Amino acid sequence: MTVTRLLDQDRTAITFTVDGVQVPAKQGDTLLTAMLTAGLGHVRTSEFGDGGRAGFCWMGACQDCWVLVVGKGVRRSCTTLVEPGIEVVRR
Amino acid sequence: MRIVVVGGGPAGIRAVEQLVRAGVTPIWIEEGPDGGGRITQRPPPGFTRDHAALYGADAGRARRLHATLDAMKPRTDWRPDTLVWNIRPQDKVLHTLTNGAAQGEVAYDALILCTGAMDRVLPLPGWTLPGVTTLGGAQVALKSQGVGIGANPVLIGTGPLLWLTALQYAKAGAKPAAVLDTTDFLTKARFGAGMLWNLPTLLRGMGLFAQLKLRGVKLHEDITPLAIEGVDGVTAVHWRDAAWKEHVTPCDAVGMGWGLKPEAQLADLAGVPFDYDATQQNWVPRKDVAGRAPVAGVYLAGDGAGIGGVEVAELAGARAALAALGDAHLPSDMALTQHLDGRLRTERRFRKALEQAFPYPAKLAARMEDSTSVCRCEVITAGELRAAAAADAPEVNRAKAFSRVGMGRCQGRLCGTPAAAVLAKALSVEVPEVGRLRGQPPVKPVPLQQVG
Amino acid sequence: MIQADVLIVGGGGAGTSAALHLARRGVRVVLLERGLVGGQATGVNYGGVRQQGRHPAGIPLARKSREIWSRIRELTGSDVEFDPSGHLKLARSAADEAELLRWNTLAVEHGLRPRMIGRNAIRELYPHFSDVVIAGSLMEEDGSANPRLLAPALARAARKAGADIREGHAVTGLEHDGTDFRLLANGTRFAAPWLLNCAGFWGGEIARQFGEAVPIEKLHPNMLVTEPLPYFLRESLGVVGGGLYMRQIARGNIIFGGGRGESDAGITFTRPRPDAAFEVMRSAIAVIPRLEHAMVIRSWSGTDGTFADHFPVLGPSRTTPGLIHAFGFCGEGFQTGPGVGAVLSELVMDGVTDVPLEAFDIGRFTAAQIAV
Repeated sequence: MTVTRLLDQDRTAITFTVDGVQVPAKQGDTLLTAMLTAGLGHVRTSEFGDGGRAGFCWMGACQDCWVLVVGKGVRRSCTTLVEPGIEVVRR
Repeated sequence: MRIVVVGGGPAGIRAVEQLVRAGVTPIWIEEGPDGGGRITQRPPPGFTRDHAALYGADAGRARRLHATLDAMKPRTDWRPDTLVWNIRPQDKVLHTLTNGAAQGEVAYDALILCTGAMDRVLPLPGWTLPGVTTLGGAQVALKSQGVGIGANPVLIGTGPLLWLTALQYAKAGAKPAAVLDTTDFLTKARFGAGMLWNLPTLLRGMGLFAQLKLRGVKLHEDITPLAIEGVDGVTAVHWRDAAWKEHVTPCDAVGMGWGLKPEAQLADLAGVPFDYDATQQNWVPRKDVAGRAPVAGVYLAGDGAGIGGVEVAELAGARAALAALGDAHLPSDMALTQHLDGRLRTERRFRKALEQAFPYPAKLAARMEDSTSVCRCEVITAGELRAAAAADAPEVNRAKAFSRVGMGRCQGRLCGTPAAAVLAKALSVEVPEVGRLRGQPPVKPVPLQQVG
Repeated sequence: MIQADVLIVGGGGAGTSAALHLARRGVRVVLLERGLVGGQATGVNYGGVRQQGRHPAGIPLARKSREIWSRIRELTGSDVEFDPSGHLKLARSAADEAELLRWNTLAVEHGLRPRMIGRNAIRELYPHFSDVVIAGSLMEEDGSANPRLLAPALARAARKAGADIREGHAVTGLEHDGTDFRLLANGTRFAAPWLLNCAGFWGGEIARQFGEAVPIEKLHPNMLVTEPLPYFLRESLGVVGGGLYMRQIARGNIIFGGGRGESDAGITFTRPRPDAAFEVMRSAIAVIPRLEHAMVIRSWSGTDGTFADHFPVLGPSRTTPGLIHAFGFCGEGFQTGPGVGAVLSELVMDGVTDVPLEAFDIGRFTAAQIAV
């Protein structure tokens, strides 16, 4: 899967970490956008053995993109904006 | 008089506008960081596309809505990033969660719920793969993030959003691999006539179709989606055409959606009864023409009160606010009330035709293979649901109790519609007879750890 | 009119188990349930199959029921997700620990085998507990089951054995004609010389109609469940003094509760209470700190009947021959339900049961208690 940057991408470059690895992003990206455009492939793993999940509805309804933001708690990646240096842990 | 408006979309914006006009300062709660709704969703700060680029034919509407939104924020008790996760109607109290962490309570005398809608889906083998989104999700990605769910997505479903999303992707530089519409041309043509009530919207729909053809996007009608193929992501869609021939379309993403369903969980928790709307194929919270629910002090407007689209949402939001003001013996604009009632009548006729022209394919859902996951949260298959039916589950809540369908994080938002179709077929009854999944707090997950 | 040997009102664990046990002995039994079987207290509780902590007067019934739980699959064809994972009751103070020791001594006298786990052992065996936990008592043969499955499984088995289980049958007429009980439900008349009152909280109203008012009160459990989490918690947990109970199912969700929910005549359904939910969420994190990052995805309540002395009403009517009461299980009826059904079948068929029922007698309430 390749979430592709198409429009309006002239924004400030920032970085954050996912599972300890530095990931590039742009100011205004949601965690979901940043993780998927960076090629991470999924944002969480299904508890029931059917693989990775990468969100579904992108609007806070399906509850399929929760990640842990260190120091903040569990957040929906589709409705949470990236901030420089934040540490995301995939569950 | 404490009036609380939940939702900062078109209905909420127009409701708040009327309240402020009447001298009321409502508490205005929005789950996201900004209002604007879905159709006219604004990107976060830092994005630079203008309204025309973002919203196309809806640019004027978006501009007007955003202007009112921004004008109203300082004149209300505006509370963004705040989820209402529970209602205790006996005490008229909302329970809120701000910034995903801080618990709060909000008391109200009148409550206007403008909670919007989400896509209706048809579970397919492979629909939980990364790269599969709702049509709404595909749109939000493009509109509010400037990204495509893929460079060559297949878009499956039915309804105006299907074509609109395809065109938006094509214009943005992606190349949709195919648009697969489950509705046949005749159904659309038969009910299309009923849309003459709203000629501009009808023409716009027809225009979309033509533009997609011009751009070389392949459109297939009356198709049956069979499966989404892939391992860690999407590689192809398997589908069958009207002549029963099977096709495999390579792609890197899939957007799917069959119309919308109300996000009516809060109305449910407020104690509002629901009725099955056979045209919409949705359970809809009960309200009068003005938006009054049968629960004192509760008003409903916008798609959360039954799918009507953005135009109806604006009208109904204003109308519900006028009803709340009138019921509280506060000044309300009688002439505007009459005007809105007339407009809403016309719009509803159009909407009925639209829903009939683009039906939810309940028969396809009912025929789902046993191995397909109906419930993506808990990974419950259609076979498990059918086994529940065989074990004396005459309605969906009992089927949920037996099979765990709808018990996951999303609380049946996604699986509710297809699960009802599967269960009804298994029990040989009509879809409304199996009922609807009852809402339970919290309407969305809340952390055990509490702050504030 | 439908003539039966035994009429049962209420399709919870007690009623459906009674139907099964009676049908297996060849009795013509009709069970009338207002909604769906197991829709009230039996279906919405925590799912604890727990003997630990029970009052000595309740232990014989709990033991009888526990024996049936070990046969639940052969009895019903379903395992009801029964998992004898052990029940661990936690002490958070020296006084708590003394209370555990006191109960353990009593329990041993009644044939149970609880085991104390001291300070060092509990650290070693359960590293996920915080320091507030200083000791525990483990009842290895206790555990849990899925409350949503019990009554439906018993009802299915009862039907197979010949019982007539009627859902959607609210009893609207109820009398005793000197020989038979005559009931009207859903437009049909039913008659039988025996009537088993297994109607949960609403059993109080049935008793009142036979001149035996009881001081029953509504009890709404306050239940929550988390998203699925990595599996780490084998035992079902309780704490001395109550207020928190918690278990993790194999799928990963943690089911927990404490405090009381609420009901409102204006709303169709009972609800958990947010204040009680917050309290139990705090307690849960205090005991298991790793839960701080967990999300609650659903909550629920229901209606049980309870009495001030925390004993149910179980045994023959004092006013009406042929009427046997079994209601008001004070939040502890899930574990005992299968056993209560067996006891009821013995009272009908044999006139006696091996379980002492004195503490549960409907005649135990004083006039002053009933007046309240």
